[in-house]
Amino acid sequence: MESREFEKYRIEAENICVDYNGKVALYDANLRLKAGQICGLVGMNGAGKTTLFNALTGFVNVSKGKIRINGESLCIAQRDQTVAYVPQNEGIDSDFPVSVWDVVMMGRYGSMNILRNPRESDIQAVKNAIERVDLLKFSDTPIGNLSGGQRKRTFLARAIAQRASVLLLDEPFSGVDIPTEKLISELFIQFKKEGKTILLSTHDMIHVREFCDLVVLINKTVLAYGDTSEVFTPENITSTFGGMSPDVLFGPES
Amino acid sequence: MEPHYLALNVSSFITEPLTHDFMRKAILISSLVAAVCGLLSSYLTLKGWALMGDAVSHAVMPGVVVAYALGVPFSLGAFIFGVGSVALIGFIKQKSRVKEDTVIGLVFTGFFALGIVLVSKIKSNIDLMHILFGSPLGISLSDVKQTILISLLVVTLLTVFKKDLTLYCFDPRHAKTVGINVWFLHYLLLTCLSLSAVVGLQTVGIVLVVAMLITPGATAYLLTDQFDRMTLISILSSIISSIFGIYFSYWFDIETGGSIVLVQTFIFLFAFLFAPRYGIIKFKKLLSTTK
Repeated sequence: MESREFEKYRIEAENICVDYNGKVALYDANLRLKAGQICGLVGMNGAGKTTLFNALTGFVNVSKGKIRINGESLCIAQRDQTVAYVPQNEGIDSDFPVSVWDVVMMGRYGSMNILRNPRESDIQAVKNAIERVDLLKFSDTPIGNLSGGQRKRTFLARAIAQRASVLLLDEPFSGVDIPTEKLISELFIQFKKEGKTILLSTHDMIHVREFCDLVVLINKTVLAYGDTSEVFTPENITSTFGGMSPDVLFGPES
Repeated sequence: MEPHYLALNVSSFITEPLTHDFMRKAILISSLVAAVCGLLSSYLTLKGWALMGDAVSHAVMPGVVVAYALGVPFSLGAFIFGVGSVALIGFIKQKSRVKEDTVIGLVFTGFFALGIVLVSKIKSNIDLMHILFGSPLGISLSDVKQTILISLLVVTLLTVFKKDLTLYCFDPRHAKTVGINVWFLHYLLLTCLSLSAVVGLQTVGIVLVVAMLITPGATAYLLTDQFDRMTLISILSSIISSIFGIYFSYWFDIETGGSIVLVQTFIFLFAFLFAPRYGIIKFKKLLSTTK
């Protein structure tokens, strides 16, 4: 049965196309991820990484194709807050007058009443999430006063508080300090154990090798997709980056 | 300055205008309008909708005129044209290669021009100057009732949906991801904008109403990093500006709308210079360097 087939996957994107006013941003993209998998999303700027994230969160509509999250439609995934998106630091208005606590609480909004009055369980969830990213003493700090790494951790905490089973992370390692990088990688291992599925975009090839079970190479469509060891070859990467030598991207060690 | 101004003591400066019925009414209604606009102002500042505020507040003009001519509540006409103008802006932007700020500019001036033409053509007792520059001192009883009703509606909507609107301004993508209706929030904010423009134009007029909708929020934005405090400061500065503006208007015989907006602008400049954290003059630094 078709629906059974879907249930095996956390994320399933089938031949999806996205266009903005007639300009094609992504076409015929296919992607299947299971529970507990960490997948790297690699491509040039403008290759459609953010568009793929937008499609998976339902922020943009696909013009063709089908997206299933845990075997259900995006509508149901939104209702159940299954998917969490962690924006890159540049995508955040860091001057916005909200504190760390406020931002993490936003992760709970989807399951609150219309006035978004936090229940005891919401307060506990927010507190635990902030604790996990080690920001408790910054709870009341406005996000504008945080470092890049702390801000990144704040939005990770929001995804934790949301209790999402699918995490989409846009450049989680860009512009963060060493302790944050360490904390994020430890969280990834915990998330994997919890059975969460992670799709992360990155420019850093070393991170892909280090964390990702799978890799997706995209340039307007999915060029290659599969186990990191098989797909992440110099030839594939070169074609993803439009002929640029992989030596430039990897540095001397490869 | 004429000598009798100097001879006035402070208490009569405050109490004397209050002996007039029209002044009491003007101060009360302007304070209410200021509170509503001040509250909305926080959202518009954070959302970056200043130009949108300008557009909508001008675009409601033909709606107000038509509503007056047809004898229906002017808020209805303003609402239709306010939201209609934004829908039109969105449509033209999507269907043409013209950039958004250009589209906004041309749509709202088009609507505004239509309003002016309609005023000159429709024979009625609409005073163009009242719409353009406001007339808080000569506001009619039915307008007072309507203003109170609209104000209550806007304040209720903004209070009930406070957290959702904050999230919508801050991170619409997250709102969408957790199943919050972003489309609804977008139009909710637009509706509040149209309605606030209508009540605002009664005190300062269409030409200056955008100041009521952006200046208090911008001032508050310089003074705090906390949303609730920002809203409160915005409302307070807005009310204070209205009251002082009306007093200055009374004592110096100057145009009321202009007077209110000028006070707002001065409060903003004061915050711009002296705000503890974000002002350009740093007191703490000055003190520590002189020690």
